Amino acid sequence: MITHKDPIQIFLADDDEDDRNFFSEAITELKMENRVTTFKDGKDLMDYLEKPDSRLPHILFLDLNMPCKTGFDCLKEIRANSRFKDISIAIYSTSSSEKDIEETFVGGANIYIKKPNDFSKLKKVIKDVVNINWQFHSSGLNKETFFFSI
Amino acid sequence: MKLYIKYDGIVACRVILQEQLERLEVKYQLLDLGEIEISEEVTEETFAELQESLNKYGIFILNNQKSQLIQRIKDAIVEMVYEKDKLPTTTISHYLSEKLNFSYGYIANIFSEYTFTSIENFIIIQKIERAKKLIVEEELTLTEISYKLNYSSVAHLSSQFKKVTGLTPSMFKRIIDKRRLLVNQVE
Repeated sequence: MITHKDPIQIFLADDDEDDRNFFSEAITELKMENRVTTFKDGKDLMDYLEKPDSRLPHILFLDLNMPCKTGFDCLKEIRANSRFKDISIAIYSTSSSEKDIEETFVGGANIYIKKPNDFSKLKKVIKDVVNINWQFHSSGLNKETFFFSI
Repeated sequence: MKLYIKYDGIVACRVILQEQLERLEVKYQLLDLGEIEISEEVTEETFAELQESLNKYGIFILNNQKSQLIQRIKDAIVEMVYEKDKLPTTTISHYLSEKLNFSYGYIANIFSEYTFTSIENFIIIQKIERAKKLIVEEELTLTEISYKLNYSSVAHLSSQFKKVTGLTPSMFKRIIDKRRLLVNQVE
C-alpha cells in the first residue's frame, strides 16, 4: 500500500517567477513529503512531459494564462495522451465564473483553483488541494469523477 | 547526595526488549542492533501493547503494521458506506472500535497521522464518492440518494457534496453529461 513515505511528485507550470516562488514556498509547509518541479511556461512543461522517459507527477498545477501555450492548451494535449491519464490536473485561474469552472472540468481538469490574492490563503488552498488529491491517490477513488473547485 | 553513574545504552536496550517481549510471551530472537526476529505470529492487541510499552522507554517499532491497520480502517469504512444498505445507526466510533478491536482514540490518531485527514473527513469523502457513483448511474433521484446515504435531507447531502467537491450535485451531473457528449462525438 502507498504510505506517506513515498514522496508526492508535484509539478507547476507558471510563467510568473514570483508566483512560482510563492508556490514552492507554500509547498514547503506541507506535512506530506514531496518533490516539486517547476516549469517556466506551458511549452517548457509539454517538452518535458513528451519525452518518452519523463518522470510523471501525481499532481500538476497549471496556470491558465501563459504565453505560447496556455494552461488550457496543455490540458487538452495531456488529456489526449493516455500515458498521462493518472495525473491529476489542477488549473489556476483568476476567474471564478461558473461557466469557466464548468468548461475546465469538462476539458479534463480535476481541480479548479481561483488564484488567491494573499500568501496565507495560497498556502491553505495548496494544502487542501494536495490533501484531497492524496486521498484519491491513496484510496483508489475514481479519478474520472474527481472534481474539486476551491 | 549525588550519585555518578555510567551506563551502556545498548545493553539497557536489549534488557528492556527482552523483558517486554517475555512479559507478553512473544517468541523472539534479538538480532543485530535494531532488529528483532519474531518467530510466531502475534495478535494485533499484543503488538499494540508491546509498542506502547516500548514507547515509554523511547523505543519505537518501525514497521508496516501501522499501514496495515490504516488499510483495515479504510476497508471497514468503505464496507460501512457501500455494503450495508443503510449506514449503522450506532455511532461510527463505536462501530469502528468494535470492528477493529482498538480504542477509537487510537484508531483516530493513527489514521490522521498517516493519511493527512481525519476519519470523519474520510467517511464524508467516501459517502460523497458513493453519491457520485449513484448520480452517474442515473437510477436514483437525489432524494433517494440522500436517504440511502443517511442524510437527513437533499439539502444536507448537497451541502456536503459542495464541501467535498466545490460543486453542486447538479453542476457535477452537467459536467459528466458534457464529458460523455464529447467522448461520443470523438468516437
